[in-house]
Amino acid sequence: MSGENPIIQIISMDKTFQTKGGEVHALTDINLAIEKGDVFGIIGASGAGKSTLVRCINLLEKPTQGSILFDGKDLMSLSKSQLMEARRSMGMIFQQFNLLMQKTALDNICFPLQISGVSKAKAQQRAWELLELVGLSNRAKSYPAQLSGGQKQRVAIARALATNPKVLLCDEATSALDPQTTSSILALLKSINQQFGITIIIITHEMSVIEEICNRVAIIDQSRIAEVGDVSEIFARPQSQAAQRLVYPNGERPVTFEGTRCARIVFDGRNSFEPVIANMVLDCKAAVNILYADTKNIDGKAVGQMVIQLPKETLAADKIMNYLRSHDLTVEEVNGYVR
Amino acid sequence: MFDKVVIDMLLQGILESLFMVVFSTLFAYLIGLPLGIVLVVTDNEGIRPCGWLNSVLNVIVNLTRSVPFLILAVAIIPFTRFVVGTSIGPKATVVSLVIAGAPFVARLVEGSIQEVDKGVIEAAQSMGATSMQIILRVMLSESMPSLINGCAIAATTILGYSAMAGFCGGGGLGAIAVNYGYYRYQSDIMLVTVILLIIIVQIIQETGMKLTRMKDKRK
Repeated sequence: MSGENPIIQIISMDKTFQTKGGEVHALTDINLAIEKGDVFGIIGASGAGKSTLVRCINLLEKPTQGSILFDGKDLMSLSKSQLMEARRSMGMIFQQFNLLMQKTALDNICFPLQISGVSKAKAQQRAWELLELVGLSNRAKSYPAQLSGGQKQRVAIARALATNPKVLLCDEATSALDPQTTSSILALLKSINQQFGITIIIITHEMSVIEEICNRVAIIDQSRIAEVGDVSEIFARPQSQAAQRLVYPNGERPVTFEGTRCARIVFDGRNSFEPVIANMVLDCKAAVNILYADTKNIDGKAVGQMVIQLPKETLAADKIMNYLRSHDLTVEEVNGYVR
Repeated sequence: MFDKVVIDMLLQGILESLFMVVFSTLFAYLIGLPLGIVLVVTDNEGIRPCGWLNSVLNVIVNLTRSVPFLILAVAIIPFTRFVVGTSIGPKATVVSLVIAGAPFVARLVEGSIQEVDKGVIEAAQSMGATSMQIILRVMLSESMPSLINGCAIAATTILGYSAMAGFCGGGGLGAIAVNYGYYRYQSDIMLVTVILLIIIVQIIQETGMKLTRMKDKRK
């Protein structure tokens, strides 16, 4: 996925807010390169600065220092009208959908086209195509108040895509939705990414969202980027504390089972959903204790993670570790890590 | 008692009152609507913050609003003469009603527009909308039901002011109530004018509410 020219490049960017209580550093020394076609996740706890970061990308918030390159152009150096033009190449969707409440779904999708000077007839034609794409052709004349949360977000996605953007910014787009609706919205975003090659940037506080559709992720912690990398890599081997908090089930808790070794197994979808643990127990003739498991069966592939407690005997424990490694599973020993 | 002369006078009064309300409300909005918009837009949290302009306008609006209407009407008599050539009658009253109504309208408009979700405005900005497009196509269009409701409130308030203007040479039902009911102790005519005023207020208010409900798509 790594190309020569990233679609978005953030170079040593700072953002401080002036408040009555003094300066607040929302973002410090941010460096990021987002490649064309990426589904790039930005995750962090609330207040970490991730919403500010996404607003800096389309200059809804002006960085205090540093620069933002979009498609090679420095956004800070653009004139007002050039910036408006650039913003049309970046769609954005929000947690609260932010639809025009007094306009129908169809008119909402026409809106960005009409403000960029497209004729009403042309705008409507495009809006119908997009309604088709998001599966809401039958709700064209409905007002937002008559739509469910998921439907509203679909309209918002259609609206964001109306001007054929190169990038889609998603600010906590699924945080107000139930898990099932979240999955369907994420699936829609994924298919948009694959179908049109639109780069997607997803702001979220939920690791499950990152797991489900992102290929790269940046972890923001206390206004700085703690870690950036491929999702599979970070999920398997989180380096920073912030990443470990997010990846390890229930965060890192200093509760220990004395003298025991634990193994964290990552199922990244490469393995078929065979009963690995049961086979291992039979094969190694040693019992293990499952301390945590969060696995899903997605299209017959195992996805998720599990923490098992290894037997006290070193020999048996090593045998199990070897068994797991030889079965092409990502395993790491997490001594003392247990909830 | 209620012979043709009195009835003709009352009809004339109704027409004059309606004339004053319609034109004063219209002109008050011509001034108050842009003023209200500028108040929202130039606010610190607005889309085009401009502290000094916002403060100046706020002071002007507050000053005008704090002068009681009757005193304002008397105080601006020279200005009224300059504009319409006379200081009595419905036309003259329109001038003072506009001066008193415009800042009131500005506050109503400001309140309506502030109800528009900040997120929707942010969304429009993210689409590359200009400030003018945001004002016309987001702020005004999204707050339309509330603006209509505000217009009904403004019209009824202006009707109330116009009746007060009867004390200082205004026309309409207010003048009839003052001249017959107050100066001549003809309480029956006073009562009729009061009932007529109530009916007009009811009609304006009901129409406003109906239109608001019809326009509002949030439910």
